Amino acid sequence: MAKVAEAKTFKGTPGQIRQQRIERIGAISLSGIAAVWMIANLIKAPEQFAQVAISGLRNGLIYALIALGYTLVYGIIELINFAHGDLFMLSAVFSSFFITYWLGADQSNGYGWFAFGLCLVAVMIFGAVINVLIERFAYRRLRHAPRLAPLITAVGMSFLLNFIGLKWNGSTPRQWPTVIPSGDIYIGEIRISMITIWLFLIGFPLLVGLNYLVTSTKQGKAMRATSQDRDASTLMGINVNKTIAFTFALGGAMAGAAGLLYQQSIGTTNYNLGFQLGLIAFTSAVLGGIGNLWGAVLGGLLIGLIQGLNDGLPIAFGQQWSQSVVFTILIIILVFKPAGLLGKTVTEKV
Amino acid sequence: MAKASVATNVTRSNRKWIIGYSIAGLVLFITYQFLLPWDGLPSGIYQAVNQWFPPSAINESLVYVIMALGLNIVVGYAGLLDLGYVAFWAIGGYCAGWFMSEFFYFINVHFLGSVPAEAPGIHINFWMVLLIGGFVCALFGILIGAPTLRLKSDYLALVTLGFGEIIPQVFFNGENFFGFNISNGTRGIVRVDPIPVGVKNLGPFDFGWKLLIFLFLTAVMVFISLRLRRGRLGRAWLAIREDELAASMMGVPLMRTKLAAYAVGAFAGGLGGVAFATHVDGVYAERFNFTISIFLLAMVVLGGMGNVWGVILGAFVLSWVNGNGLSAFGRVYNDAFGTKIDFASFTFLIFGLVLILMMLFKREGFLPESRLKLMLNEDELDEADASGKKKVGK
Repeated sequence: MAKVAEAKTFKGTPGQIRQQRIERIGAISLSGIAAVWMIANLIKAPEQFAQVAISGLRNGLIYALIALGYTLVYGIIELINFAHGDLFMLSAVFSSFFITYWLGADQSNGYGWFAFGLCLVAVMIFGAVINVLIERFAYRRLRHAPRLAPLITAVGMSFLLNFIGLKWNGSTPRQWPTVIPSGDIYIGEIRISMITIWLFLIGFPLLVGLNYLVTSTKQGKAMRATSQDRDASTLMGINVNKTIAFTFALGGAMAGAAGLLYQQSIGTTNYNLGFQLGLIAFTSAVLGGIGNLWGAVLGGLLIGLIQGLNDGLPIAFGQQWSQSVVFTILIIILVFKPAGLLGKTVTEKV
Repeated sequence: MAKASVATNVTRSNRKWIIGYSIAGLVLFITYQFLLPWDGLPSGIYQAVNQWFPPSAINESLVYVIMALGLNIVVGYAGLLDLGYVAFWAIGGYCAGWFMSEFFYFINVHFLGSVPAEAPGIHINFWMVLLIGGFVCALFGILIGAPTLRLKSDYLALVTLGFGEIIPQVFFNGENFFGFNISNGTRGIVRVDPIPVGVKNLGPFDFGWKLLIFLFLTAVMVFISLRLRRGRLGRAWLAIREDELAASMMGVPLMRTKLAAYAVGAFAGGLGGVAFATHVDGVYAERFNFTISIFLLAMVVLGGMGNVWGVILGAFVLSWVNGNGLSAFGRVYNDAFGTKIDFASFTFLIFGLVLILMMLFKREGFLPESRLKLMLNEDELDEADASGKKKVGK
């Protein structure tokens, strides 16, 4: 199965040319349909459109943070870490307990912000530690095993974390007080909640920081080298095990931050949260191009936007079809453009 | 060495198993149909059996066995990870719901059905619905597989997962599917027709006789699995599982072979779906969720991917644990120690641990297929070889 290295002009074997044509025609028609849909809605209800778009982007930011974990791990060991979504869920539960029970902060004031800051650090460490432990005790042993083995292990790990979440959070959704100030500001007729603004103020620095870490530090360089060729990096004196563990730690920290932000913006936690959001986040990573950091961010925001528009607009499938819409996007992307929007063009030998 | 083990596998899988299987099945049937209701049975035994192995749990386990055998063809034989197998179960179930109930109350179609002719709805004979369900599922398997089977293995897993979410959601929201009611939504389709077996119609509580029918369906699946494995198609599956590139070089048509695995696997899902609908006497949308797909995967992994008997064992044990064993154990434990532990909630832990521990320590399962055992451990025998392999994209 030859994955095509696409180029601006069509070239390659006849099969590749056909594949490129299919890709291009599919992309044009899909974006055409999406554009018509959005314009129709924009004309029908412009204020509503802006409103749901903003709340969609807010969810998209959380998806982006989770998607980064998938993309980092997939980039380095080519494993779909199914447990990542459940790690996010555990982080959300951890944050709720940390802020509400252990620190006792339940309203937005100075102490609330202090608790929030402390929790951000704690939950990032929490996520990182759990992810590193999972890697150390399960995935590392299977690094040379056939592809199916780590994948099945990841699914099992997801169940295990799900169980911990079930025991910790209880089987029903739980409501929590939030410490981020809730209030609205108005731009014209459009209402933007303060939570959304704070979320972006906290989330974007994290994304930029992660990008800096990966592109401009020595550790990041080691990560990129390991993802390109593990054996060659060993020969160059890179400690591959440590680098992979570091990658898992980064991904876990991002999932931890996403858990806190989710819990603070939505206010409820549930033990089976991780499965759905994890899948959506993975879809984001694939949409943006798996292995590509900004791709994951772009994909997350796009999926959040599409989901928000689908859930809130007058001409749309509506909320009960939310998952189906996201998974349909996933399938379409995987079938027509597995490299994703920003993905690097990979030529595969097999 | 590999050659020798293949040879033993082939000779072992002739028709001798039918005798042993029939005896075991008959013992099970006689126990549940005649021995259990017998007055002379000591009440202690009766209660113990009813507590630990009630007839409905045995039947449900057999439905899981049928499904797991289907998934085994996809995962165990062809080596394609399918995380959305529940979609086929759902489609099979709704085939039963559509063709064997009063769901389409506005029309009146009867074909060798088991209900009086004046009853509204479509009532087709159970055995034909089995076939319809199987073939509809096989069709869906091909529809799902055709665009996606070119993908890399883990992307394929994800696409199947996507379908496993979309199709149940279609049924879940099916009360208003573009204006049509295709599934009664969350209310589900209650009451499907009894199974006609000539002299008698088997309703939802004829556990003993239905046990016999489910045993027969399982035997059909075992037969299909064993026959296919020995034939040209089965050998092509194993070749693809072991090395896709080499197989395609040897002239195995990759797409067609993989599609066949999907279709046969899905067919079993359809059989199981119809059987399950008659078992619970209805079709309920919320039962078809992601966990079922993973349960089935755990069953296949526990017993031994690729080995029919291992899969049967794994499916029986795990579905028993999931359905009855854990709660029965919980009742006994809680009575004995006066605790109030909710043991049923431990299923996640058990299934998760089964998957992880089996993959870490006993990848080939408890009743391993000798050929797969070699394959799954070959890379660890030679680390240098394994890292060399990575470069060609394995």
